Amino acid sequence: MAAIYSLYIINNSGGLIFYKDYGSKGRMDTNDSLRVASLWHSMHAILQQLSPINGCSGIELLEADTFDLHCFQSLTGTKFFVVCETGTQHMEALLKVIYELYTDYVLKNPFYEMEMPIRCELFDINLTQAIQKDRVALLGR
Amino acid sequence: MPPAAPRSGDAIFASVERVNAELFTLTYGAIVRQLLTDLEEVEEVNKQLDQMGYNIGIRLIDEFLAKSNVSRCVDFKETAEMIAKVGFKMFLGVTASVMNWDADGTCCSIVLEDNPLVDFVELPDTCQGLYYCNILSGVIRGALEMVAMKTEVTWIRDMLRGDDAYELQVKLLKQVPEEYPYKDDE
Repeated sequence: MAAIYSLYIINNSGGLIFYKDYGSKGRMDTNDSLRVASLWHSMHAILQQLSPINGCSGIELLEADTFDLHCFQSLTGTKFFVVCETGTQHMEALLKVIYELYTDYVLKNPFYEMEMPIRCELFDINLTQAIQKDRVALLGR
Repeated sequence: MPPAAPRSGDAIFASVERVNAELFTLTYGAIVRQLLTDLEEVEEVNKQLDQMGYNIGIRLIDEFLAKSNVSRCVDFKETAEMIAKVGFKMFLGVTASVMNWDADGTCCSIVLEDNPLVDFVELPDTCQGLYYCNILSGVIRGALEMVAMKTEVTWIRDMLRGDDAYELQVKLLKQVPEEYPYKDDE
């Protein structure tokens, strides 16, 4: 069964604003997750410079032997990335769905302060539903 | 997987939930009236409307990007077209056009044929300096700032002041690409 291990959202200055882990593997405490987020932000930026062609939009997929990492960066610099089992399909579509949930339940919440950690219950609820739907769809295959 | 094609303003406008236009006009009118009562100075109200618009714009841009699936614009001309054809259509349901480009392509005018904010509105003599729709200039400025463009947005023509159309001048001051972490001095 294809599984998502964790989801990270980083703001455009590289600060972690959301971290959720699913499943029992690869759990991290707050400090580690903050560190991983800033590492990823820097790597993402450096790799854009490494590209032989101008206008590179950054890393989309990192494949390792025990996991895959899919990343989506919006044009505003906010990055959404998910660590999942190797070979998990349709993660880009899921990231796009999560981006839409972010624009709805986080950005449209007037009490959410921009660039700050996300503490929006509606976002959590809808995110869980989206991930569940994704898992069910994958299982059904 | 190929990226999804960008959607037209009409398509997005048709797919979002709508609200009664008159409620929208009344709500905006109530905001402006309250600001005039609280701040008394017309200039202050203009500034406050712009600031409110800015706060909306910085959040609205991600909504725009998510719903419209646009990719990065190659130049400012494309950006202006996006704002006029997709942005205004998507959020206000109005068609806007881009004109009066300057020589280096950094300054243009966006002309609105229709403006739901000002339905039934007339400016009294006591508010002659008021830019009633100033929230729109803030929205554009805020949204563009989140995609690395510093702009200046001003009203050139305003029908409430006797002109024949609504014309916003959008001037690109500079592009501010993201700074790379490894260049920071620690």
